[in-house]
Amino acid sequence: MSDKSTELAPTETIRTGRPAREAKFQTSMTDKMISVLIYMMFSLFAFICVFPFYSIIINTISANDISARGDIIFYPKGIHFQNYLDVFKIPGLLNAAVISVGRTVIGTSLTVGASAFLGFMFTQEDMWRRKFWYRFTVITMFFNAGIIPWYLTMRTLNLTNNFLAYVLPTIVAPFFIILVKTFVESTPKELQHAASIDGAGLLTLFFKVMLPICKPILATVAIFAAVDQWNAFQDTLLLVTDSNLYSLQFILYNYINQASSLSTMVNLQNAGSTAMASLATKQTTTSIRMTVTIIVVAPILLVYPIFQRFFVKGIMIGAVKG
Amino acid sequence: MRPQKHGIKSSSFVKFLYIAPFMLSLAVFAYFPLYGWIYAFFDYTPPIPLSQSPFVGFKWFHSLVENKVKIDQLLQVIKNTFGMSGLSLLFSWLPMIFAIFLTEIKAVRFRKFIQTVTTLPNFISWVLVYSLAFTMFSSEGIINGLLSQLGATDSPILFLQKSDHVWITMWMWITWKTLGWAAILYIAAIMGIDDSLYEAAHVDGATRMQIIRHVVLPSMLPTYFVLLMLQIASFLNNGLEQYFVFQNAFNKETIQVLDLYVFNLAMSGGSYSVSVAISMLKSLISVVLLFSVNGLSKLLRGESIV
Repeated sequence: MSDKSTELAPTETIRTGRPAREAKFQTSMTDKMISVLIYMMFSLFAFICVFPFYSIIINTISANDISARGDIIFYPKGIHFQNYLDVFKIPGLLNAAVISVGRTVIGTSLTVGASAFLGFMFTQEDMWRRKFWYRFTVITMFFNAGIIPWYLTMRTLNLTNNFLAYVLPTIVAPFFIILVKTFVESTPKELQHAASIDGAGLLTLFFKVMLPICKPILATVAIFAAVDQWNAFQDTLLLVTDSNLYSLQFILYNYINQASSLSTMVNLQNAGSTAMASLATKQTTTSIRMTVTIIVVAPILLVYPIFQRFFVKGIMIGAVKG
Repeated sequence: MRPQKHGIKSSSFVKFLYIAPFMLSLAVFAYFPLYGWIYAFFDYTPPIPLSQSPFVGFKWFHSLVENKVKIDQLLQVIKNTFGMSGLSLLFSWLPMIFAIFLTEIKAVRFRKFIQTVTTLPNFISWVLVYSLAFTMFSSEGIINGLLSQLGATDSPILFLQKSDHVWITMWMWITWKTLGWAAILYIAAIMGIDDSLYEAAHVDGATRMQIIRHVVLPSMLPTYFVLLMLQIASFLNNGLEQYFVFQNAFNKETIQVLDLYVFNLAMSGGSYSVSVAISMLKSLISVVLLFSVNGLSKLLRGESIV
């Protein structure tokens, strides 16, 4: 969590603006009390936000018998990492991980590519019926037919139990298109003019001139799209019954409700292998559930602090426009 | 860019052709589902295809209110929807307060830490939220473990199976997940306040609370207004995921919002046609709401929000 990563846009205002303001206040007794109160409230809320994650992580690396007694509260005891090896013995988990990673990589690439291209194209004022098509795109953010009509349509299109159902519907994403379009509009027009005069065609203009310039906003779009893909649950719930296409999110949901049979199974597998599982590494219902939870949440926990400024930038540009 | 009139026309159409495939994809995935509304007018029972299902006109719409049991059921669902959306609406100012007090924190590192930590939950899925909730609050969860160790309880408290206070607990989960993130827009608004306003207020001898009241708060109201309008427009759209994952046999009565009800009717009850009929009404009312708040915004602020 470097300073830079957590900064709000526009940087200059914050750096120069805040200290000047603060110097002006005389701190009285009541002011100090208010400050203390504010610090306490925020600390408490921050604690509530982080503690569930922390608590589960320390439980997954603690001895499972101590964890089952409810003895792990603030720090781990009897540290081991057997749980993380054991959960991959659950049939389907590895496959679900592949599906989740696959849909995130493919889906994000398609969404970013399409958003970049459409965001750029919608700035081309001489396009036939540009305004109409732009509205045609944006209006879908505010209106939809409902999930069941959507499900019935997807079934008509043979997109049930089909990997394409994960990545096709998200290709055209109005919000991301708005982000890119706003960004392109903020770049100097002369750039495009100059390139056209030099004889660059539309596609050359897009690939050689605009794409490199748009990198910052595309990074923002990519990170949003990737989180959306990784977190997606509803499409699996509605469209997929083939367990080979289950995503990690979906499998986690199933595990929450049936972890007990899974722990028995993993324990049986371990019992069959050379070393008899000790109490500390014997899987319990909770240990399985917690470990899978951490595996599913880990990418977000790792990626989020690094890319926080991209998220913030995204919502800012979106807000200016939306 | 090109002088001849003919040239402009063809090149502009070529530009459209570039985006045409994407517009087609949008038509298929965002507009074609509207055609699915047709199921509301047929007696559709899978696996018999729609083409062989009998046309029943408005039968399903009438059936929603045909007897007391059904009316009561629908009313309960509407009550839940209004209850949960209403709670969110009632506390829609919370992110604003969060932003005001957060920007009052002078220690920059602490402020940034709080901001990073409190926005994190926004980026995990509802399934994960449920998993965290389960780990913390289930009968063998960490909270119950703690309570029994302290000797506060004899038997575990079944937090997640309770049917009372579901609206409030659902609202609390939403707040936990989104509060920090929702505050970001307001923080930006505060950061954008002109320094001269602060100076003027200070020269006039304003106290800290007076500055918040007369300088900070007014700067956030335009943002608040727009977000409030959008929230009203989506009053009926609670979303499915949160309520689906938290739903169980014990809280079903009070957790079913329209989105979940529609889902349950179709996917576990098999009543596709009724479900689509409700879906359709919901979408139509939402559009009316959107146009209403947009009109209201034009009237009050002279600009539309969509």
